[in-house]
Amino acid sequence: MTGGFNETQPIYYQLVQKVILQIVRGDLKAGEKLPSVREMGGQFKVNPNTVQRAYADLERLNVVETRRGLGTFVTEDRNRLTQLREQLKHEKIDTFIKDMQEMGFNAREIKDGLNEHLSDN
Amino acid sequence: MSIVKFANVSKKYYGKVALDNANLELPSGKVVGLIGPNGSGKSTALKLMAGLIRPNKGAVTVCGKPAGRRISDEVAFLSELDTFYSFFTVKESINFYHGQYRDFDLDKAEQMLKFMQLNPDARVKDLSKGNRGRLKIALTLSRRAKLILMDEPLSGLDPIVRELIIKSLASFIDLEQQTVIMSTHEVSEIEPLLDLVVAIRDGNVLKIDEIDHIREEYNISLVEWMKRVIV
Repeated sequence: MTGGFNETQPIYYQLVQKVILQIVRGDLKAGEKLPSVREMGGQFKVNPNTVQRAYADLERLNVVETRRGLGTFVTEDRNRLTQLREQLKHEKIDTFIKDMQEMGFNAREIKDGLNEHLSDN
Repeated sequence: MSIVKFANVSKKYYGKVALDNANLELPSGKVVGLIGPNGSGKSTALKLMAGLIRPNKGAVTVCGKPAGRRISDEVAFLSELDTFYSFFTVKESINFYHGQYRDFDLDKAEQMLKFMQLNPDARVKDLSKGNRGRLKIALTLSRRAKLILMDEPLSGLDPIVRELIIKSLASFIDLEQQTVIMSTHEVSEIEPLLDLVVAIRDGNVLKIDEIDHIREEYNISLVEWMKRVIV
């Protein structure tokens, strides 16, 4: 697989997730310009229509804004960015808990396991 | 709106059926992949679109015109074979194409040579297979043709050249003005580039679908879809 995409989700959707991750991680800062559609396409080896669709979705999520003739920028709305960070945290924790519960671990065991791991590191 | 239309198209070679009453309509501004086993009719379909061969029955319309010899003004065709003169240098090949096609963009050709890391003074006959592959792509994509047709653009090339070609397709095609249709066996490598796929088998168009739809609807990759549709 090229560009580090999985095989089961639409590529525009995975591109959206990648950009969100970059923003949450701080690789892309509030107000920073995103690569142009063309640059992004070249970088991830996807076609411009796919990048366009991903950018449109990010805009709908109020994560980026497009300024006519200038390009696409990360939102400067700090609240939205904090919210995004929280949202991502909850999503990951939810999946983790579901996986653990599926294997038969209860809340106590999950907490203990987490504490143990976190104090180890 | 539609850039290519096949209406009841049949094509035979010496009695062997290559396309059998095929109907197909493709929208402009997309990257389209033709997939199917060897001998399914992919190359025949591309050659019909390029006006290089004529159907025995039915009509092929490209950019709103019947696909004949003159359609090469609007269609760039990348053949599976090498089609340039071996005694030319890279630069001379570019100049030759510039003379042949009115839509050939010299600036873009220079950019593409740099991107493909080709030496303008090298003779075509001295180029490796990989470098000839790069040159072919550069010459094809330097045309501002409305329709770009590619027959197996990655076939027989090493992974580095394949990656370079995929990147050049992602960066140099202008989908606001252009449409790309390519046949390929390298399905999983090409998949991220595609908007639409057309599955062909035994000269019949089996199915047309959007890549996003395939993933959203069935959560499967194109290879998996191909197995289900074609086998």
